[in-house]
Amino acid sequence: MSLDIKLSASANGFNLDIDLSLSANKVTAIFGPSGSGKTSLLRTIAGLDNQRSSGISFNGETWQSNGRAKAVFLPTHKRKLAYVFQEPSLFEHLSVMANIEYGANRTSTDQEGISPEQAIAALELTKLVERDVDTLSGGERQRVAIARALCSKPRVLLMDEPLSALDEASKKEILKMLVRLRNQLSIPIIYVSHSISEVARLADDLVLLERGSVVTSGDVQSILTQLDLSLAHGSDAESIIDAVVAEHDEEYGLTYLESRVGRFSVARKELELGESVRVMLSAKDVSLTLDRQRDTSILNIFPAMITEIKHAGPSQVTLKLNANDVPVLASLTKKSASLMKLETGMKVYLQAKSVALL
Amino acid sequence: MFSEADLVALFLTLKLAGISTLVLLVLGTPLAWWLANSQWRFRFLVEAMVALPLVLPPTVLGFYLLVAFSPSSLLGQTFAAVFGQSLAFSFTGLVLGSVIYSLPFVIQPLQNAFVAIGTRPIEVAASLGASPMDRFCSIVVPLARPGFLSAMILGFAHTLGEFGVVLMIGGNIPGETQVASIAIYQHVESLQLASAHWLSSALLVISFALLIIVYAANPKARVLRWSK
Repeated sequence: MSLDIKLSASANGFNLDIDLSLSANKVTAIFGPSGSGKTSLLRTIAGLDNQRSSGISFNGETWQSNGRAKAVFLPTHKRKLAYVFQEPSLFEHLSVMANIEYGANRTSTDQEGISPEQAIAALELTKLVERDVDTLSGGERQRVAIARALCSKPRVLLMDEPLSALDEASKKEILKMLVRLRNQLSIPIIYVSHSISEVARLADDLVLLERGSVVTSGDVQSILTQLDLSLAHGSDAESIIDAVVAEHDEEYGLTYLESRVGRFSVARKELELGESVRVMLSAKDVSLTLDRQRDTSILNIFPAMITEIKHAGPSQVTLKLNANDVPVLASLTKKSASLMKLETGMKVYLQAKSVALL
Repeated sequence: MFSEADLVALFLTLKLAGISTLVLLVLGTPLAWWLANSQWRFRFLVEAMVALPLVLPPTVLGFYLLVAFSPSSLLGQTFAAVFGQSLAFSFTGLVLGSVIYSLPFVIQPLQNAFVAIGTRPIEVAASLGASPMDRFCSIVVPLARPGFLSAMILGFAHTLGEFGVVLMIGGNIPGETQVASIAIYQHVESLQLASAHWLSSALLVISFALLIIVYAANPKARVLRWSK
């Protein structure tokens, strides 16, 4: 399965020039600053904007093509996709349940996919289905919108910054549900975002857009830690480490996670042994030592090698480390880097002051 | 009380208003939808044309309709050839005149309601697999319900009160073109003031009741504001 997109359009001095092939069963994040063309790209894929010079095919089925002789344009409702907008956009004249079932009622029952009951469970809507749409909070509305999209049994799910209009608590809550859903669903998800933390938690692949063009694309772990991109230098720069739940330590209330980098200790989580998790290390929470520290309160200490150093602003440097072939970012002050005489190729120990998990 | 002729006139008025409203809804809904969504640069010309009956003296409209209905005009000839009767001074002619005369009262509430819905709910429905007709029936119509109600009632009430156009194209044929407003005029002319009172109060009560429904259904009273 794959989604092939060729798009070149210009309107009002803004050029969109994109040639992408997205692989199936993966979450692909489209990341970029506002005005980079993320939403235009998504709307074009959905057929909501008819960019005339676009070619889109899904699994070999042509959705649109600009062939001079025979232009094809499959209207949105025939593309069998679902679109979650930034605003929940619930149908105000329908109940919560009728909203959820709107797409389901327009899909043949023998098509594979998630049922309304499963969607209600996955997005924890059981208590809300009886309510009126206008009594729901913003986060609740967006959960209904996501459930509604899922029940239409789409072959691809498009999400346009679905969390950006929500408060922090709702964001976190829904992100958790989305991570769970990602593991259950067997359809590709295209997720537009300008939040690194959302991308780091959800995405498998990342497409970086800037001013209407693709800067780079590839697996999220390597792109987030690429020092020649601005992603690695912001205050929200993060590294991703895949891990498996290895053991619960009841005495200290800890959970141990095994990864290529080493064994992480985190506060006790309700996770099953053997479950796959993603560990996020914020670059500014990683510090380095030249020798292995014994007299430290930090538990998560791993050997690594410096592979790249880059200046990031007047006082900061960003380092890329190789921890048993896993790329990890560290953000240090120039002064510390200079005092420690850090250089590429040096062996160091990285200390993670805090570890986020999802 | 009402004379039999008055009752006939009143019934004819309600029949005219009812049929005109139906025709207006059938023709007006697609036109209002088009006006609400069209990107055509000359759309304003159509909007101005639809709004003309708001400002034009009914006698002017009636005069042109009379010219169009005359047996020497193409419309008049065609109609006479197909139906074997004249459009002028006929009930059908009145319906045609009323539809044009009341068009803005149906188009504008509908167009405002359609614009207020915006494109988003329709895009969501499309992404959920709903065809254009399905989207219109399952999303647009229910969301625009107050607009439809206003359009129906305003179209109906406005046709009830029509006088000038009817006088020009319908004349005063009892049971065919003599509507209540014309009958009232005739009563006053012949100094039958009691009868004029009865018919007038009937129209007043019906119209007022209808407007109460419109404003009760649209608490924000945007119905009768013509600008967007």
